[in-house]
Amino acid sequence: MIRMQPSVESTQAIADSDAVAVERTLAGDREAFRVLVERHSHNVFRLAYRMTGNRQDAEEVVQEAFLRAYQKLGQFAARANFGTWVYRIAANYAIDRMRRRKKEEARKIEPVVHEEGTENDPVTLVHDAAPTPERLAHNVELRKQMEIALAALSHSERTAFVMRHWEGCAIEEIAEVLKSSSGAAKNTVFRAVQKLRLALQPFVGSGPQARAMGTES
Amino acid sequence: MKHMTEEELIAYREGVTAERVGVARHLAVCEECRAELERIEAVLAALDTLPVPNPGDDYGRRVWQQIAPRLPERPVEWWQSWFEPKRLGALAAVAALLVIAFLAGRITKHDRASGDVVANKEQIRERVLVVAVGEHLGRSEMMLVELSNAAPVHPAQKQVDISAEQRRAEDLLDENRLYRQTALQEGDSALASVLDELERVLLDVAHSPGEVTPAQLEKIRQKIQSQGILFKVRVVGRELEERQKAIAPAPAEHNSSRESERNKA
Repeated sequence: MIRMQPSVESTQAIADSDAVAVERTLAGDREAFRVLVERHSHNVFRLAYRMTGNRQDAEEVVQEAFLRAYQKLGQFAARANFGTWVYRIAANYAIDRMRRRKKEEARKIEPVVHEEGTENDPVTLVHDAAPTPERLAHNVELRKQMEIALAALSHSERTAFVMRHWEGCAIEEIAEVLKSSSGAAKNTVFRAVQKLRLALQPFVGSGPQARAMGTES
Repeated sequence: MKHMTEEELIAYREGVTAERVGVARHLAVCEECRAELERIEAVLAALDTLPVPNPGDDYGRRVWQQIAPRLPERPVEWWQSWFEPKRLGALAAVAALLVIAFLAGRITKHDRASGDVVANKEQIRERVLVVAVGEHLGRSEMMLVELSNAAPVHPAQKQVDISAEQRRAEDLLDENRLYRQTALQEGDSALASVLDELERVLLDVAHSPGEVTPAQLEKIRQKIQSQGILFKVRVVGRELEERQKAIAPAPAEHNSSRESERNKA
């Protein structure tokens, strides 16, 4: 859970719920929005990091998501969940950012440099290279392969996978972000898992290879 | 026994299947499908071990400190979003084009035979287009000049904030497309060509990051300069001003000579 700053809690005694904070912000109390930012920043950061794959971009997405949320707060339906709403804004912005980044890379205006993105460097992540199942997370090769496999997904697939598998979002929410139908969103989740499996099974599975599915025996 | 498909097992694992009970029942009696599900789960479990860095306990406070100075005094009410500059710009462009279409159509309907009226129609159509495009070019020029003059506040600053110019470029893009298409329809290929070049520069700016390094900014600046787009925008803008003055007293006789001037630019 996110720990609230005591000073904020004391000055926002009644801000014990998002709905109250939203209402107060709309009434002109900017400090009420601070409660929402402090309450949801970690969750939005986690989503953004998983979608973008680096810290610098994730932090940028978090800031932009809250800025946009503030600017559009008047359009926010009070019955909705602020956390879910700001999540959607962050996911949308992260997709835009990834697309833009891809275009920039394609045009080679400037090579992408993640100055603070060393957390993605497999070498810095190694704690123990022992290939036991318990230590799989620390296997350099596997981690490298996982990052490659995630990066190879399309923006939609990565978004759908992150939102469903890691963030537990409903298919309808994913569909809204992807601007697709629920059925298409579900297929995107399936495609993402299938691609990840194809890429990672050789590094993970010690058992027999996947059989032809849907067959009879 | 018919086995589950990979899709069915993934849907089951990810909790998006409507047939949850049926799949569970099948898995209870089918060792092969259970093994297959375990293989899928092994991949997903490995992915779950990918770490997410902890941004720190005070992360929320830091985010607030970073965004607070950029927040407007009050959030925008839902109805105010209709008056956002982006929408207003596009609406104004559409309105200008509708006026052209309306006036042209109205005049044509009343007296198709009259040569004077046809000339008037052309003048009105041109005047509205000239005024609208002239203003658009003025705004574009201002944005490009400001972008060219952008610089770090402190010499040691690593990033330059061009997000304001970026947003303006996004707004200008919508208008630019409309005017370029209209210029093409009107047969003004020289104006369409300059608008086309401007559009590419606007696209570049709109797709740049909100904050750039001085080196990135220099590249954007060089690109603007190398294409000479500022010069072209100024020349066409001035020419449109002259055209605006000239439209009322005299028919567009000088169009060909002006067009050749613009082509030179």
